[in-house]
Amino acid sequence: MSENKEVLAEKVREFEERTGHTVDSYPDDPNNTASMLKEHRYLSEPLTDGEAAKRIFIRSRRSFLTAGAAAVAGILGWSWISSETKTALYRSSFEFNESLSRAFFRPSQLAKEFPLSSVTPIRTNGYEGLEGEIDPAKWTLAVGGLAGRVDDLILTLDDIKKMPRADLVTEFKCIEGWSTIVHWTGVLFSDFAAAYPPKTRSGAPPDVAGSPHDLVEYVSLNTPDEKYYVGWDMPSILHPQTLLAYEMNGQPLRPENGAPLRLASATKYGIKQIKRIGRIEFTNERPKDFWAEYGYDWYSGL
Amino acid sequence: MPKQLEKKHPLAIRWLHWINFPLLALMIWSGLLIYWANPVYGIRLFGYELFKFFPQGFYDALSVPQRLAEGMQIHFFFMWLFAINGVVYVIYTIVSGEWRAIVPVPGSLKRAPYVALHDAHIIKKAPPQGKYNDAQRLSYTSVILMGAGSVLTGLAIYKPLQLSWLTALFGGYEWARWIHFWLTISFVLFFLVHVLQVAMAGWRNFNSMITGYDVVDVPVDTKELPIQSGEDAAT
Repeated sequence: MSENKEVLAEKVREFEERTGHTVDSYPDDPNNTASMLKEHRYLSEPLTDGEAAKRIFIRSRRSFLTAGAAAVAGILGWSWISSETKTALYRSSFEFNESLSRAFFRPSQLAKEFPLSSVTPIRTNGYEGLEGEIDPAKWTLAVGGLAGRVDDLILTLDDIKKMPRADLVTEFKCIEGWSTIVHWTGVLFSDFAAAYPPKTRSGAPPDVAGSPHDLVEYVSLNTPDEKYYVGWDMPSILHPQTLLAYEMNGQPLRPENGAPLRLASATKYGIKQIKRIGRIEFTNERPKDFWAEYGYDWYSGL
Repeated sequence: MPKQLEKKHPLAIRWLHWINFPLLALMIWSGLLIYWANPVYGIRLFGYELFKFFPQGFYDALSVPQRLAEGMQIHFFFMWLFAINGVVYVIYTIVSGEWRAIVPVPGSLKRAPYVALHDAHIIKKAPPQGKYNDAQRLSYTSVILMGAGSVLTGLAIYKPLQLSWLTALFGGYEWARWIHFWLTISFVLFFLVHVLQVAMAGWRNFNSMITGYDVVDVPVDTKELPIQSGEDAAT
């Protein structure tokens, strides 16, 4: 009996030496972490070295063939797909994300507003469509797609400024990843749309506040030279934190920030907040969008 | 010495683990393409910048510059697969009981440093463990929580208006982006340590993540041993 114990003790020392584990650590010492949570082990019957090696070899061969085939299929499959197909795939994934985002969009969901003291220095980015100078006194805004008329309505800056003033101090977010806090002053786009109502889908008289869902789906905006253009979905542009802005941080807009009139909104990235607006059109067709043509998300909603 | 085959990793865990590898790699790569457009983070000490994420040579070597749109395309497509794979993994881990091997247990924090000391060959004996040691329990649980953190901070940056409560939870838009960035750096560090540890653990351990099986010694029946505890050994 004691001889047997000696043999076992020798085995234990050998096991500990070889594995670095104490023998009582696995599996049924109460201090063992496996036993604390009743971790299970799944063990085969005892095997000879040769039999164990043979079985693991067969399993390895099968698993490596499967894994290798999966990896090769994945890599070859992905490289086989043309770049046009990938672009289409990415575009439809943007559109899927957009539809999900729009399904949960609520005009009552507001972005955080900041005190005036939080305003940070202006950071200017994006000069497309801003070539040449513009005289605010001579500038006019053309508005198309209005209910009850075919031709564009022409407005002056004074016409815009006659509408109720609104202030918005929110975090402006550039698609590049930076943000600044800006104080915008202007006219709520929803007020503008109520004053100059868009066409409806049903043909019924428009009711911007009461039944916005009947309005045409989109708004297209572009600079006077038409070199920069953006498309907006109607719910985002009617959101209570979207302005037609003519002042920035208490000063009239500077040319590089979009004088005389630009869009400012907490609902979308800066690329959508078009500067120096020349024309606005209400439309049922999804408008073209400058940066979407370079592969960015058309919706770009926050 | 007689051997046994031990089933260590279920088929589902192995697939989910290996699918996660390219998905996480694509998320990090596309994240880098996006980060490049506003690369503001670094390690600063007493106002002195020790390291800037990232040096220009790093971007140039990987041809990162001017690919923001592409980065966003990849990021906002593969985010779904990454998140779904992660959610399926967590559900499977809970339902199958595999969580028992992964979550920390009382004393894990205390024992984990000894695991590290043992791995560094400073001490000879490893602390008692189950399938995974305490350092593994802590790091595998952390990396799952990091995945959840990346998804949540990602959503906070992606939809700061619609999910403004979530953005606020992370301290606002700028902080959410900062946390998202550092979680990514942590994934890279985890990956480096993980690969090093797997390399040190040897082929059979790596093989078990492919096949599911390892070859183990038939455990010594401890009940027959005279040295179970100090007292017994003294008799």
